[in-house]
Formats: sequence, C-alpha cells, structure tokens
Amino acid sequence: MSFDSNIPPGPLAEKWTRYRGTMNLVAPNNKRRIEIIVVGTGLAGASAAASLGELGYNVKCFTFHDSPRRAHSIAAQGGINAAKNYANDGDSVYRLFYDTIKGGDYRSREANVHRLAEVSRNIIDQAVAQGVPFARDYGGLLDNRSFGGVQVSRTFYARGQTGQQLLLGAYQALSRQISLGSVEMYNRHEMLDLVLVDGKARGIIVRNLLTGELERHAAHCVVLATGGYGNVFYLSTNAMNCNVTAAWRATRRGAYMANPCFTQIHPTCIPQSGDYQSKLTLMSESLRNDGRVWVPKKQEDAKAIREGRKTGNDIPEEDRDYYLERRYPAFGNLVPRDVASRAAKVACDEGLGVAPTGLAVFLDFDDAIMRYGKSKAHSMGLHNPSDAKVRELGEKVVEEKYGNLFEMYEKITGENPYQLPMKIYPAVHYTMGGLWVDYNLETNIPGLFSIGECNFSDHGANRLGASALMQGLADGYFVLPYTIGQFLSNEIRTPKFDPNAQEFLDTEKDTRERLEKMMNVKGGQSVESFHRRLGKIMWDYCGMSRNAEGLKKARTMIQELREEFYKDVFVPGSMNDYNPELEKAHRVADFFELGELMVLDALDRNESCGGHFREEYQTEEGEALRDDEDYTYVSAWEYKGWDEEPVLHKEELVFENVELKTRSYK
Amino acid sequence: MKLTLKIWRQKGPKEKGRFESYQVEANPHMSFLEMLDVLNEELIAKKEEPVTFEHDCREGICGTCSLVINGQPHGPNRGTATCQLHMRHYKDGDIIVIEPYRASAFPVLKDLAVDRSAFDRIMQAGGYISVSTGAPQDGNAIPIEKDQASEAFDAAACIGCGACVAACPNASAMLFVSAKVSHLALLPQGQVEASRRAQAMVRQMDEEGFGMCSNITACEAECPKEISVTNIARLNREYLSSSIKSQIKV
Repeated sequence: MSFDSNIPPGPLAEKWTRYRGTMNLVAPNNKRRIEIIVVGTGLAGASAAASLGELGYNVKCFTFHDSPRRAHSIAAQGGINAAKNYANDGDSVYRLFYDTIKGGDYRSREANVHRLAEVSRNIIDQAVAQGVPFARDYGGLLDNRSFGGVQVSRTFYARGQTGQQLLLGAYQALSRQISLGSVEMYNRHEMLDLVLVDGKARGIIVRNLLTGELERHAAHCVVLATGGYGNVFYLSTNAMNCNVTAAWRATRRGAYMANPCFTQIHPTCIPQSGDYQSKLTLMSESLRNDGRVWVPKKQEDAKAIREGRKTGNDIPEEDRDYYLERRYPAFGNLVPRDVASRAAKVACDEGLGVAPTGLAVFLDFDDAIMRYGKSKAHSMGLHNPSDAKVRELGEKVVEEKYGNLFEMYEKITGENPYQLPMKIYPAVHYTMGGLWVDYNLETNIPGLFSIGECNFSDHGANRLGASALMQGLADGYFVLPYTIGQFLSNEIRTPKFDPNAQEFLDTEKDTRERLEKMMNVKGGQSVESFHRRLGKIMWDYCGMSRNAEGLKKARTMIQELREEFYKDVFVPGSMNDYNPELEKAHRVADFFELGELMVLDALDRNESCGGHFREEYQTEEGEALRDDEDYTYVSAWEYKGWDEEPVLHKEELVFENVELKTRSYK
Repeated sequence: MKLTLKIWRQKGPKEKGRFESYQVEANPHMSFLEMLDVLNEELIAKKEEPVTFEHDCREGICGTCSLVINGQPHGPNRGTATCQLHMRHYKDGDIIVIEPYRASAFPVLKDLAVDRSAFDRIMQAGGYISVSTGAPQDGNAIPIEKDQASEAFDAAACIGCGACVAACPNASAMLFVSAKVSHLALLPQGQVEASRRAQAMVRQMDEEGFGMCSNITACEAECPKEISVTNIARLNREYLSSSIKSQIKV
C-alpha cells in the first residue's frame, strides 16, 4: 500500500493548474465502460456523483436516507467561503489559503489547501448557474459577510440556510443525471463493508434498510463521501443518523484513519437542558458578527441568574465581562471556533456560567439592535428618535439578518432572544480527522477515494467557519472528477467485476455474521443507553480539553464498555426487516472502536493545537502550546485487528510557503 | 406530565394497521420526538418492538420527520416541523393521536414511516437547471433584483417533507411542485427551461397518483416552511401558458 502524499512539483500557486493540464485522461468511449460507486449524497457525494455522471461514467450512488436531499449538509446554516474579493477588502486566493492554514493551526497540507482556495471561486459561479438563491444586495449582486478567524468578508450565504440551498443545487444536478440514466440511485441502502479484490477497492456490501437484505455491488472504484463521526460523542450538532460505519469499515480493510482526535467543538450551540436530550442545536457562527459574548464578572450574579432570580438584563454594564473582546482585541467576538469554545469553558469552570446546569454564556444582541436602529432612523430622516423607536427599528434589521435563527432559538428554549440575551455553550460539530488521502483524494487503498468531511485533508487541527461547504463542493465538483482519472486511466482494460466473485461472497458473509452476533446477544440494555455512556466518556476525557491521565482512563473504560455491549445489548426485531434499532447497533459498535482510536491519537499528540487541547501543554495565559519540532505531522493509523495495537504512520508536513508561527488572535 | 398516546402500528406495507395506546411520562422541555424516544426506550426495556418513525436532523431542515399529530401534519404549531415541536405546548392528561401521512402516493412502510420517493421522481422529471459542472460565467454577471431573489428563496425553502400532501383532502402535491417550479422560474437562470419544467413535473406528479388541487389551501397552513399558495397560482400560469404556446415535447 502506498503512503505518499503525491503532491505535484512546482511553485505552490501553479501546482494544481500544471497538474490538471498534464494528468491522465479517460477517453469518452472508455468512460462508458467504467463503473464508479459513490457512497453518500451530501454536498461532496451528490456533487461528485452528478459530475462523474455528466462526464460519462456509470455511477451507482448510495444513501441510507430515504432521499439524497436529506443528507446532513442540509443543516449547514451560515455560509460558504470563496476568495472572490467582491467586497474589495483585500481578499485573494493566497489570503484564503493562509487563513485556512493558520486557522488549522499549521497541521494541514499546503498544496491541498491552496487548491481549495483556488477552486473556491468556481463553486460560487457553479452554484449561481444552478439557481442557488444566494443573498443579494440592492444592486442585485451577491452579498457577503464575515466569519470567525478572518478579517475580510468572503462568506456567501442564503439566509441561515446556505447548506440547504447548496445541497438542493447538488441534488438537482444529481436528479438530472438520474433521469438521464448515468447515475443509478439507491436510497435506503447503507454501506456495511468494503470489498477488496487484489488489494484494490472494487465494491461494497450494503443493507437494504427496508427489507434487511444484504446486497453486493461491484465497480472499478469506490468513493466514500460519508461525512464525519461527531456522533461518537452521542450529543452533537450532527443529525441523528450520522455515523462512521462506512469509513470505519474501510479502516478495518486497511485504509488509514488520519488525525482522528481533531474534533471541532462549536462555540455557539443551544445548551443542554436535560438527560433525555437526543441532540444539540447549532446557532450559526454568523451571529458572532453582531452578538457580543459575555458572562457576569461576579459569581453571585451568575448564581442568581442560574437560580432564576435575575436575568442577563439585570446585570449592569460594568459588571459584565466581554471576555473575548478583552482577551482577543484584534478579532474580538470573531475569534476562531476552538479559541471561543475554550474561553467559554474557562468562564464556566470559574463558576460564571448562566444556565441552571452552569454550562452557558450569553450571546447578546442588544448593542447591535440599538446600533442598527440608530442607523436606520438616520436613513429615514428621524431626528432624536426615542429609545423605543430605535429598538423597534433595530429589531427589524436584526430580524432580516438572523430572523430564522432567532425563531429556532425561541422554539427550542421558549425564550425570546430579542428581549433576553441568548444562552449558548460549545458542542461537538465537525471532525477534521478522517480517512487519510493523498493529493488525488485517494486513500492508501488503490481505488478507494474519500471526499468531504469523510477525509482529513484540508482543515488541519481546526476548521474555519463556512469552509466545510467549500471543501465538500470543491472535492465533489472540481477536484475528484479530475483526479479520479489518474487511477481509472489504468483501468480501461479491466472488465466489469462480478459481484458473485469469492471476495464479495466472503465479505458479505462477514457482514452477516457481524449483524447476527449483535442480534443474538439478547441482553438487557438498549443500544441507546450504550451510546449515551460512550458519548459521556468521550466528552469528559477526549472533549474540549484532554490530559494523559484522563485519556488512559478513557481507553480502559471504552474497552470495558465495548465488552459489556457484546454481552448485554438488546436489539429488538429481526435482521430481515426494517429495523432502525439494528442500524443504530452496528453504528454504535463501530463508534466504540473509533472512539478508542481517537483517545489513542490524542494521547500520542503531546502538544496542543487547534481543537486538540492537552492541558499539560499550554502557555501561562492558557493558550494552546504547539510543538512544531516533534508534531508537525499527520498521524495516519493502521488498524491491525481486534484487540491489537494500531500502528501509527507519520506523514511529515512540509511548509515551504508559510512560516510556522504561534497562532495569535490578540 | 402524564400523556396517553394513541399510535398507529403497522408491521409492513401490506399488513393491516391499528391504533395502540401507550402511557408516557414527559417533561415540558422535551421535543416531541424525544418524548417518543422515551416511549421507545420503555418498550425496548419490556422487550417489545419500538415504534418506527423517521427523523434525522432534528432541527427542522432535513424534511425527514413527518407524523400527523391530532389530525395535523407536524402538529399544532404554525411553521414548525415535528422535530421542533416541544412538549411545553401540551399539558398533563392530554391524549395525543399520532398517525402516519395518509396518501396513496405515500404508502405506509412501517408504523409511522411512509415512502415519499414519489417526490424524488418528480424532481428527476425536471426540477433542475440543465447546467453541467464546468466553468459558467461569473456569479455577479447575472444581477438579480433583491426582492425577486428573496421571492425565489421563499419558494426554495421547501424541505420536501410532504406535509402539504398529508394536509390536502385530495392528497395533492401542488404546493411541493409549485415551490420548485417557482424557485427556478423566478430566476433568470431558470427561465430557459421554465415551460418544459412545468410540463414535465406536472406530468410526473399526475403519474404518481397525487390528487388535483381544489384551492383549499390547507397545504399552506400546515407547511413547516410556510410556503405560500401563490406559488400554485404561478405554476398554473406557467403550465397553462406553456400548454397554449407550443406543443412542448417532454
């Protein structure tokens, strides 16, 4: 198996253009004879399947959802970055590249990130051509806003539903290919294993979720676009059905899992309210354009708020600590996510939290409402308007900008955020880690590609806001359709694969036995209860801050829990039926194994960087302390078998264009 | 609070279904689906089969959740999907009847889950702009008037949940189809194919067995994204004018 990043030679800014101009092509007559499997229909999967179909390949596309349009990309709220420089504020491809490298705390590949910044501009054009209704200004041109960790406005958006609109664009392109017959769509089919033939990825085993039947599907290559694994924490902003199974099964077949411990904890989510809670809800980062984050300076005020004796409005200005503005004056409330999350945790750890659980800080729009109100009054020619009038006008402006988010907040919490400051707390949101891929987005298994959140490639140790949509669509529309040719150009003489070959039958048998094992335990505890317990271990010991002692403890706890699962889980119903509990069971089983690897990876990385904060490695001011001497590498883990130590392979990161600096937002 | 749930149970598409009663203890902060999670955990503890219902994002955007709650798709609140409905809107002692969507074009799969793939096929018939991945013109080369873009967005906000069909006594899919036709027809990029699109999508809608629209507008009242019935008027106009203008082959 190869473990070469395959970065093309040449100066950074020319690598992609030169490479694209010289890479191998597959002629149209040969494309018609080649089959490609794409698993997943989020931004990356749908855009890839549609683009590959347009090129003339025979694509089979799989999703466990009832429709490709349901994939979790749909929930992305805030926006998508692109180095268009429409705002004329000094943006450029290089600046987007640099912001992403720095935002990722210097743990991503220069060449990949530069390519991402280059193609970001094409994505906006493509989406507009598809009819994505981006926000526009009065001149009819595309509007931009700003996101965390940057000092330009490069984020394109469609109200608070940018992910939905971009996904519908990709879904529509996919629907067109389905109608033309170039993509064969399999809804409600979940990938449960990867089939290798002579060391190359040639097919998958899927379960028809309505009938329970296992099916074998063959192709010349396999593309995984199956998203992230944030649900290992049980509570996250991910959709309920997001899981790691496809990627983890590939890992069990030899694909390397890279940087699994790099998890993004998003600072602005609605805090947890009870034990029955099934998921957490994100409040878009765009809110930090106008919202100010604070906690009371005095513990007694915080206590009074927690007990319901006071509200945020009762705390006078001088008794508030706008801690992000105080600690990071250059970026203020728009520091990157990892920095904002940790700062919230520090405030709550000091007893200044403002929810009954003690785990919440305020996000306050009062200043923004008054500021916008004054400006609006001025533009309407109102002189000396009353405070009430200013507030009324300001609320309207804020409603126009964030109306649907405010509404969502009120639906969930029952509190009106126009009157009381929002309460927010960090929650698991995105996983930067994922399958290791080279510059071609190919894993170390030939013929197995991984795109979107499913791979590890572009965000290093921390992803910047509005970059996930950018990466998913960059991979699917503008990178993979080219790079996949590097592999397929050598396969034009390879005949179609027979799904009845021994390798397929053997892998199907493995899958069947795995499911039977879970069904046959017939123990006393539900799948959900195991998932909750795993999530708590992960959050307590491998969450916002980690230490060696805790991580070691967590590893033992996960191993014990895993054993208990196979002794005492109860999966109701039958294998040969529509059975959501069985789906949950095999997903949770894979989360145990991934969770243990995350802990191991966090233990290996004796430094703090981005979302990975090891308590032992911090500056006197409590900022992350990187160790570039020893840890400027991608950790790529090789699975060796049940109860065997995985093997760590290191891909050294070489920085030729960017100087490694302490990341400062002060 | 103590609640009595009357839930439709049906083993499979061809089996006969019936209502079963359950008692559940809920808390006002829970979401409606979390209340069903609690019920399912209790059923599993008793080694009974849990209630199958579909859900995913639980933040009102993916369109996976459905349910007809006391006769209303997505429950009593305006502009709210079932997953965003919270138990604070109910009180101790309430009886809640929970059914799947009822429409012949949405056959029941199991318990509360239905098959909505007809919507995908309608989209495949023409719910897109025929542009392949490549190098289209610069995004700002097509200025679109702000209000026009905003109107297109209002139509594009449809989450494809199917509540409009469940709400309609005729089980018509006109609101869904008109939302997509309007979204694309309101944008200059979508104009080229507007006539063809309206014809093709309506034809597929009819083939799927959805009913006719008789302007009852229950669809708009129950739509979790509050899609307006003016879209239906626009679809009718597009459809009619394209029928008159030419014999478009679709």
